Amino acid sequence: MSLQIKVPATLADLAEAARINRIDTMDMFAAAGNGHYGSCFSCAEIVTALYFNVMRLDPARPDWPERDRFVLGKGHAAPTLYSALIRRGYMPEHWIHEFEAKVGVKLMTHPSRRYQPGVDASGGALGHGLSIGVGMALAGKIDRRDYRSFVLLGDGEIQEGSVWEAFASAAKYRLGHLVAIIDANGLSVDGTLDEVMPMEPLADKLSAFGWEVVECDGHDLAALLRVLDIGHDRVDAAPRAIIARTVKGRGVSFMENVRRWHADVLTPDEDRLARAELTRPLS
Amino acid sequence: MSTQTAKAGTAKSDTTKSDTTKPRLKTSAMIASIAGADQRTRSAPFGHALVELAKKRPEIVGLTADLGKYTDLHIFAQAYPERFYQMGMAEQVLMAAAGGMAREGCIPFATTYAVFAARRAYDFICLSIAEENLPVKIVCALPGLTTGYGPSHQATEDLAIFRGMPNLTIVDPCDAIDIEQAVPTIADHPGPVYMRLLRGQVPVVLDEYDYRFELGKAKLLRDGGEVLIISSGLMTMRALEAAKRLERDRIGVAVLHSPTIKPLDTETILREAGRGGRLVVVAENHSVIGGLGEAVAGTLLRAGVTPPFRQIALPDAFLDAGALPTLHDRYGISTEQVVAQIKGWL
Repeated sequence: MSLQIKVPATLADLAEAARINRIDTMDMFAAAGNGHYGSCFSCAEIVTALYFNVMRLDPARPDWPERDRFVLGKGHAAPTLYSALIRRGYMPEHWIHEFEAKVGVKLMTHPSRRYQPGVDASGGALGHGLSIGVGMALAGKIDRRDYRSFVLLGDGEIQEGSVWEAFASAAKYRLGHLVAIIDANGLSVDGTLDEVMPMEPLADKLSAFGWEVVECDGHDLAALLRVLDIGHDRVDAAPRAIIARTVKGRGVSFMENVRRWHADVLTPDEDRLARAELTRPLS
Repeated sequence: MSTQTAKAGTAKSDTTKSDTTKPRLKTSAMIASIAGADQRTRSAPFGHALVELAKKRPEIVGLTADLGKYTDLHIFAQAYPERFYQMGMAEQVLMAAAGGMAREGCIPFATTYAVFAARRAYDFICLSIAEENLPVKIVCALPGLTTGYGPSHQATEDLAIFRGMPNLTIVDPCDAIDIEQAVPTIADHPGPVYMRLLRGQVPVVLDEYDYRFELGKAKLLRDGGEVLIISSGLMTMRALEAAKRLERDRIGVAVLHSPTIKPLDTETILREAGRGGRLVVVAENHSVIGGLGEAVAGTLLRAGVTPPFRQIALPDAFLDAGALPTLHDRYGISTEQVVAQIKGWL
């Protein structure tokens, strides 16, 4: 069921929504037997801030032309998006417990626009999302609509060359209603990003590509609201990149900054321990 | 976009010409023509057809990866600069951004060379376009062996690559008429389309036949009792020329043009191939692996129709660079080679 909080949500309500987002994610991964815990928990505040405060949405009309768009570049964090869509009323709550449970269910490892109301783009192959967002923002300019297109990328994902093709084209076409949010948790499957493929200094690189760059603590909801809400009147401006400094696995102490929890299986003891830590909103 | 001017832009849409004076042994990808010395041609049929269609269809947009001039999209860019997007040499964002625009109601025509679409941008076409069945029209020059530039530019396996992609419709037109009729038809198709493009001075052939392009339909252009050639793309042109020459030797050759490679018109193919008593030859400007020939072979075998069967196609190899007429002779897809191969099989 949808969460009984008023939208746009207050900071206290957002913190509670982010807590429930992590619980929903735990429940989905429990149904599946495994999951990308770390990747989901690092972006819970970002997605919650968007869906419960920043984005212009009408859950009764998933295809409303004036809605703000959201593309999950790091598609393996799908449960974080699914929880937001379920708690905003796009999808039924019982889908949580069917996640990946058997062939034919609606919620699968990666977002699918074909099966999931409210999902604006299918995902899963890293490096596609920002380019799709570029196309959405170009179309918005043609149609003279003032919707914003938010794309959430992993900081590992930006190693894909296609992302830099998209960074260049968004700047060229001055897509002021395009926002790239980089979930900068510093870890990927094989190690730290400094080991795997250093991309810092990221802010300098994005500035050099013609983007307006801001950095913030990606778990600080007040800070996120400040940088995410760009208004609706930046039609012809530099696109905005938000480097959200996050902690992979944030909210469950034994997962935080531990590479194993990019994706793994919880033991029953670990499951209890994790849920015990998620009984109250993070400060 | 403003840099795409001059030479190619001066071409007129409705001029046909017969040119017997200029030498045509050119290696260049850009200026090589597949037109024979005595063939009528029409300039940039794709570009002009798209401009014509865009007059009535405001949702049509054009995108390219710095190959507007060599995919005839510069004609559209000049007519509709506000609906033209120059994405630079970046085929991945070209395709995924076209997918992003298509989901917002645009009908994007995205152009590049066939090698770059098939080899470099495959994942982006597959997952940002085809998986959601979005109406992006991918129109690509230099299909098969239509450039002398060597393996980096010769898309000899594009059909093999794209046939495996679900939802994707594949079109291989024969001449300017086919292209002009295909453009509005593929725009109307609700899903993604890959169209192989002949550009520049494109031969005009099919007006001599009672022909109309229909998506998903193969058309019998001429009948004959000894041989049935099933062909697509420029090889239909070669098949028709070969049929005329073989007729002088009292060899009756039917030509079934199948411009839609996927979905294949299995009904017409099975009907014609099942008539019996004829050698069935599939002729294509593509590797012998994974193109029209194997698509037809599979169709026949699954239906239990087993006439004598041969393929005229490019070898499974990285091909040489050089002048196109020489290469077409060497690899068996010139009219002379088509005639010689068929005679050898009879």
